[in-house]
Amino acid sequence: MKEFLIGRLSMEALPHEWFTIGGSVFFGGLIIALAILLTVTKRWGWLWKEWLTSVDPKKIGIMYFIVAGFMLIARGGLEALMMWLQQALGSSDMPGFLGATHGYLSAEHFQQIFTAHGNIMVFFVAMGFIFGLINYIVPLQIGARDLASPFLNTLGFWLYVAGVVMVNMFFFVGGEYAATGWLAVAPLSGAEFSPGTGMDYLIWSLQISGIGTTLGAINFIMTILRMRAPGMTLWKMPAFTWGSLCSMVMAVTVFPLLTATLFLIFFDRYFDTHFFTTTLGGNAMMYTNLIWMWGHPEVYILVLPAYGLFTEIVSTFSRKKLASYTSNIIGLIGVSLFALSVWLHHFFTMGAGADINAFFGVMTMFIAIPTTVLVFTWIATMRGGRIRFTTPMLWFLGFIAVFTFGGVTGVMLAVPPADFQFHNSLFLVAHFHSNVIGGVLFGVFAGITYWFPKMSGFRLNERIGRYAFWCWMIGFSLSFIPMYIVGLMGATRRLDTYDAASGWQPFYVLMLIGGIVIAVGVALQLVQIIASVIQKRRLHDPTGDPWGGRSLEWSVPSPAPSYNFATIPQVTSRDAYWEMKERGIPARTYEDIHMPKNTASGIYISIFAFFVGFGLVWHINWLAIVSLIGAIVCVIVRTFNDDTEYTITAAEVEKMEKAKLAKTQAQHAEKDTGPDEDMGLIEFVKLVIIWALNVVRTRQWRNR
Amino acid sequence: MAKHKPSRNRSILYIILWVLVLVMLFAVLLRGADIRMLNPKGAVAQGELGLMIYSTVVLLAITIPTLFFLYFFAWKYRESNTKAAYDPNKKHGKFFVFGLWAIPVAFMLVLAPVMWIGTHELAPQKSIVSNNKALTVQVIAMRWKWLFIYPEQNIATVNFVQVPVNTPVEFDLTADDSPMSSFWVPHWGGQLYAMTGMTNRLNLMPTTTGDSEGSSAEINGEGFAGMKFTARASSQQDFDSWVLGVKQSPNMLDMVEYERLLKPSENNPSALYARADADLYDTVVMKYMGSHDHQMGHE
Repeated sequence: MKEFLIGRLSMEALPHEWFTIGGSVFFGGLIIALAILLTVTKRWGWLWKEWLTSVDPKKIGIMYFIVAGFMLIARGGLEALMMWLQQALGSSDMPGFLGATHGYLSAEHFQQIFTAHGNIMVFFVAMGFIFGLINYIVPLQIGARDLASPFLNTLGFWLYVAGVVMVNMFFFVGGEYAATGWLAVAPLSGAEFSPGTGMDYLIWSLQISGIGTTLGAINFIMTILRMRAPGMTLWKMPAFTWGSLCSMVMAVTVFPLLTATLFLIFFDRYFDTHFFTTTLGGNAMMYTNLIWMWGHPEVYILVLPAYGLFTEIVSTFSRKKLASYTSNIIGLIGVSLFALSVWLHHFFTMGAGADINAFFGVMTMFIAIPTTVLVFTWIATMRGGRIRFTTPMLWFLGFIAVFTFGGVTGVMLAVPPADFQFHNSLFLVAHFHSNVIGGVLFGVFAGITYWFPKMSGFRLNERIGRYAFWCWMIGFSLSFIPMYIVGLMGATRRLDTYDAASGWQPFYVLMLIGGIVIAVGVALQLVQIIASVIQKRRLHDPTGDPWGGRSLEWSVPSPAPSYNFATIPQVTSRDAYWEMKERGIPARTYEDIHMPKNTASGIYISIFAFFVGFGLVWHINWLAIVSLIGAIVCVIVRTFNDDTEYTITAAEVEKMEKAKLAKTQAQHAEKDTGPDEDMGLIEFVKLVIIWALNVVRTRQWRNR
Repeated sequence: MAKHKPSRNRSILYIILWVLVLVMLFAVLLRGADIRMLNPKGAVAQGELGLMIYSTVVLLAITIPTLFFLYFFAWKYRESNTKAAYDPNKKHGKFFVFGLWAIPVAFMLVLAPVMWIGTHELAPQKSIVSNNKALTVQVIAMRWKWLFIYPEQNIATVNFVQVPVNTPVEFDLTADDSPMSSFWVPHWGGQLYAMTGMTNRLNLMPTTTGDSEGSSAEINGEGFAGMKFTARASSQQDFDSWVLGVKQSPNMLDMVEYERLLKPSENNPSALYARADADLYDTVVMKYMGSHDHQMGHE
């Protein structure tokens, strides 16, 4: 009976180790603090109506940024520092603390941390940021008012959130995460070698958020193919939209593979089947094959939108037309096609014959061709331009420096005999961090800085942004150049401890120092946002076009109104808005706008999906079955709801547009009393101290 | 439109200084260090290093000019340099587009054939041609130790392997009751996976005497970091006398001892066994290939 009711749950599942107690206190405290804040300020209704149930892709995009940014700092980044600290202390002549032989983390705990780091950074940080950017920017770039299926989009977002909750759930219940490496290769991830619930948490957090990704991708393909403004043919779409389209097509192609693979390993663990076991005819190599068939395209799903946005940033800040748009776009498509046919290079060392290895090696090298074409078009765009070194442009220049490292080592790794040496070494780890940090993360930072005025109505502080950029660059070179070197010295990845005689320790210490410098960079990015809010009058963007932009998102006011475009633009060329500015912006005519209504169905379905996963993690079958039925019922109920749209009449639109214009002009006319430059760190600290003293002096908290 | 300060050339100076600092730092740290992949002690590792160097040189030949032009143009066409030509709607001809694609294609055509041939030459399954007769060593990956069986010499070792120098060695890799592991001695050559129920053959040939570090490169559970072994290459004479010495060892690798080894254990010291079961390796491989009924009976 007890087993039926609560499955494998027991008192032991409650937090009792330092890290689970720490995590529970941190996350629990945060939730309680937020709840108190919302209650005191009476903001629950506002949060629910304006944000959580919103189907506006712009709001969903911002929610993606908040969740992804939080996961970057609170989990992924912290885990990186924890690992580097362990490795700096992990030499075999060092003492151990907290029950570890060397350093402060036991082998098991260390392995859980790098597994979680990989899962979180790829699924919940990089994917979150990329989906956030696509949500906010793509509809604006193609001249659409909303998405093909706004409901599918909220559902995708909330499934992603359910995945985030699932990946953090082990702090409260269970106490362990998978210790298998981020892709959880079989048979290590099977029931025989990983009997604990940690692996089940991994399966269900990836499964739930992965299904969300598939749904979101379907929606964006439909949106980009069907909802472009009149006149915008495929060959007139901005590069970021092209990158997003390629990325989403790849996502729809490969994410079902991930779903299927995770189901098979789940069957192995739950129903005792033998797809990937060592015994009874199971074939563990098939898991490696299937997971990489998804896993390799996944990194390109992340990087293609970044390529696209860098293309636009280069063109905008060089104030020049993109050199050979056609080559650039064919380059993007080429990367996505090649990327689907190279996955085997992740396991050259599993024992395939020379013909197979050589074929996949050649295919991998060929990815370098379209990628080089992209770089060449960027160079040709800069030549003969007028380049402004704003922070997005700095991120681009930094991206090139870091990504070149990643690209060169990538082709080196594609040579199968060389890969027999590099594989599983820290050289490989440094390679993919160069690509993912340099390509995806720098791309996201560039994109957020570039489009921040569109989202908020004011630019980000340039000065502190530059400081943050240089911290990232210095920190990156201190962390990852030693990682390449120590890899060549023969250090394998995932070592919590190593022989003192190996001479690797100074390099691990350098990596830790680099990590701390990067952490300072991240802190400065937060300071940058706060300083920009303080100075927002000075940084105000009255025109909606702060950079001299080229695509349609800059033709609407900042921040963009909920319906994006009062008048759907007529597109006649690439760089549609640049063209409009040259020819004169057409007069506006207002019309009735149909907008989707808010819906909470996505939230309900995701809560049920979460409990399906939770029930299956703990073998509480009734909970899983009831929740599954609940989710299905929610979907059915939603499909019978015909009342999903509302209309804003032409008169209302005109009123809103005029009010907005008046407000912007009034704001712009207000005299800015602050300093006439973007504030630096000293001024920021001064302002914060003055503000704090003022709060203490006037006892502001009593007046509330 | 936002105002921006013109770029200061000082930042270029800082970057150059920073690069110099890094170069000096690593030069000091790497003095006398053993960079194993660049310091091969085996024929296969030597060949692999050759391909690494070839691909690096070819790639640097394209990336250095690319980076140079990128940063040079970024500097030359900066906003404050009003003397530079500005052509916002510049059109590019067919020749430009041809060059755009032809250059990377040409470089990959230089790289790909060498890679294709090298992959076949250095395939782990390929026997190494030598005047000396090849030595076979059977390797079983266990949690978390390596068992080496010398079928011709009829001895066995744990976490220690000795082979004669300049003699091709055929490592037959399998695993027992263990997740995938990867057999790697960077000084001798690249790695290959050891998996249950099958044999992967890795051909290596050390060319310099001395001790090297070997490990499992693939994560396989809690004791992963400690799954290391010493790989010793010695002269044929030393090898022969070592084999004779091992044969004097009081330990024998029978099924009882094997079952003991099979139990998971971490940071195992090396061990030597005077006799090993002749068909032990085959039994271990076949154990996982049995039919359904056989498996059930076994349990």
